[in-house]
Amino acid sequence: MAMADQPAAKSFRLSMLLYDTRYRSITIQIIMLGLFVAGVWWLLDNMYSNLDELGKRPNFTFLTAPAGYDINQRLIEYSSQSTNARAWLVGLLNTLLVAVMGCILATVLGVSIGVLRLSKNWIIARLMTAYIEIFRNVPLLLLIIFAMSIFINIFPQPKLFRGEDALSSMYFWDSVAFTNRGWYIPKPVFESGSMIVGIVFLLSIAGIFVFGRWAKKRQEATGEILPNFWIKLGILVIPAVVFYYIMGQPISLNYPELKGFNFKGGLHLRNSLIALWLALSLYTAAFIAEAVRAGIMAIDKGQTEAAAALGLRPKRIMKLVVLPQALRVIIPPLISQYLNLTKNSSLAVAVGYMDLTGTLGGITLNQTGRALESILLLMITYLAISLSISMVMNFYNNSVKLKER
Amino acid sequence: MKKSVLLGTIAAMGVMAGVASAGTLDDVKANGVLKCGVSTGLVGFAAPDANGNWEGFDVDICRAVAAAVLGDGDAVQFVPLSSKVRFTALSSGEIDMLARNTTWTFSRDVDLGFTFTGVNYYDGQGFMVRKDLGVASATELDGATICITTGTTTELNLADYFRTNGMSYEPVPIENNAEAMQQYLSGACDVYTTDASALAATRASFETPDDHMLLPEIVSKEPLGPLVREGDEPWGDIVRWTLNALITAEELGVTKANLEEMAAGTDNPEINRMLGTEGNLGEMLGLDADWAQRVIAVGGNYGEIFEANIGESTAIGLSRGLNALWTQGGLIYTPPFR
Repeated sequence: MAMADQPAAKSFRLSMLLYDTRYRSITIQIIMLGLFVAGVWWLLDNMYSNLDELGKRPNFTFLTAPAGYDINQRLIEYSSQSTNARAWLVGLLNTLLVAVMGCILATVLGVSIGVLRLSKNWIIARLMTAYIEIFRNVPLLLLIIFAMSIFINIFPQPKLFRGEDALSSMYFWDSVAFTNRGWYIPKPVFESGSMIVGIVFLLSIAGIFVFGRWAKKRQEATGEILPNFWIKLGILVIPAVVFYYIMGQPISLNYPELKGFNFKGGLHLRNSLIALWLALSLYTAAFIAEAVRAGIMAIDKGQTEAAAALGLRPKRIMKLVVLPQALRVIIPPLISQYLNLTKNSSLAVAVGYMDLTGTLGGITLNQTGRALESILLLMITYLAISLSISMVMNFYNNSVKLKER
Repeated sequence: MKKSVLLGTIAAMGVMAGVASAGTLDDVKANGVLKCGVSTGLVGFAAPDANGNWEGFDVDICRAVAAAVLGDGDAVQFVPLSSKVRFTALSSGEIDMLARNTTWTFSRDVDLGFTFTGVNYYDGQGFMVRKDLGVASATELDGATICITTGTTTELNLADYFRTNGMSYEPVPIENNAEAMQQYLSGACDVYTTDASALAATRASFETPDDHMLLPEIVSKEPLGPLVREGDEPWGDIVRWTLNALITAEELGVTKANLEEMAAGTDNPEINRMLGTEGNLGEMLGLDADWAQRVIAVGGNYGEIFEANIGESTAIGLSRGLNALWTQGGLIYTPPFR
């Protein structure tokens, strides 16, 4: 009898896939997946054969052909004889440049505004509210075009800087020129020996971390707090300056000068870059400020009061108690704001900034007529950038989030 | 539920894409309107007037084709397109034909899959500068900042020209003519370069045209003409022979004014064949016998359209030059109506 009660362990019938609740959901999912794959395949096949009929078989050989056009802002070597793939790379770097610049400025602005919005000073808090509401509710494209129009129409033309009684003049001891073609600032020129100064500078940065650890241990042991900020600044600046003079001043500045049609020399920040950078930063800062405010407000008031009861001053309460906990709330929305900023940078096309959309998705697409291929590559590139940002930021998020054991 | 709706939509889109389109001629007749891609606003070639009616040299080509096919020169839906989206609009079937200062090039004809149906304006790339810039020739433009419409042949010509002459320049890419004017007039660029005809048209719309000048160099060949999708020959033939009818009409002295008189029958058999009083050329095109009469009735012959829109009597003031008839030393020439 006992033998008969044993379940028939290995006997598996096909009908169990449908009637046995253990397998049914898996069966359904597999069938759905199969249908989905078949559907996608059918759509792709349909697209492919339609394109074939139009004589537009997908073809990526255009990437190795000479691009034929010039790009004004290039971070790497590029001429009109370079390939379309190279132009793609130039555009990618320009996108990354404005994205990184934008993320930095947006974070600085956003954190300051978010904290200030919670200020007890009525005027400052209201001003920050007004800022957030204005910038959050105006379309980004308008902000970019508005910024560009200001740069084109308000700033003077280079030729107004010419002559004895010029109508415009350069700022900061003739080192910076604001024109309607962009800003010209001095450019550092690195000569032989500058390498050593650079290495010393990097060592100083490492030194700061070592000092920070040592100071923390010392504080834990003795309870004394050193003037950390000034010491760190000293470590950062003094060795580099000393070596700069020891090596015979190997780093010099190349100042912009008005020559011919334009300013020559120096670093040219084109107004398309600045307009895009400012508009993206101001816009995204409004969202980041709200995330920061939410994060700070999520920290129970009791925490602040308890810290105050321990005798901490308001600045330290913010730095040591509130912000570290608030970061857990702030980081996830901050990630999506960084992603938004990067993707929004594709609006660059409105002001002729030569980013990915301007090179691969603009001129290359146009001149070769390879729309499908270019857009496909464009999407893959943006996807890769976004996923990379997510990965880095999630890594950071994991390091600050509440550790549950 | 949501998923199934989404899948259904995608599937429906796929099916729609799979339906092969009938001939463009049938589509146009079925719609009762010709969808014609034009410039987003270039005075003289294609721009809406104060009442919102499109007018211009390219616009009149669209109207002529509409008159031939639909019998009404106003049965045109003008689709303003930037230079960037024009080819996509044509190949996707959003428009039936494109008459938008488009240069006939090898790669556009062969690789992009379009058929150019002739040349309605022989142009070349020029440079416009302010007179007070003190430049008399394009060879003095080393280091200049140059506004350039992106997605055009001029962009490539410019790169070639400056490279050949060993000069450097700073390109400022812009989307359309209006934006170019804003940048150029505020001095954000020293030079504006595009087709010389478009420069003349743009200059004419300035408040003080006399402060600006075109440099003497013409650095490229830009044969501009209407184009259609490749693979629909009957439709391409209609557009091609509409343009040819306009040109032949000028050559044979058929004008808007004497059209009725000519249509009544003349001693010249070619006029008779074209206007349909002799032979069956219209039927071969898939149209009726009077098609060419309607084409000429819209805006007159090629010369009349030229004079009315961009000729010397207009603000744009272009002389015929290369665009004179071959009998008058120009390049405008058509195969015979036979």
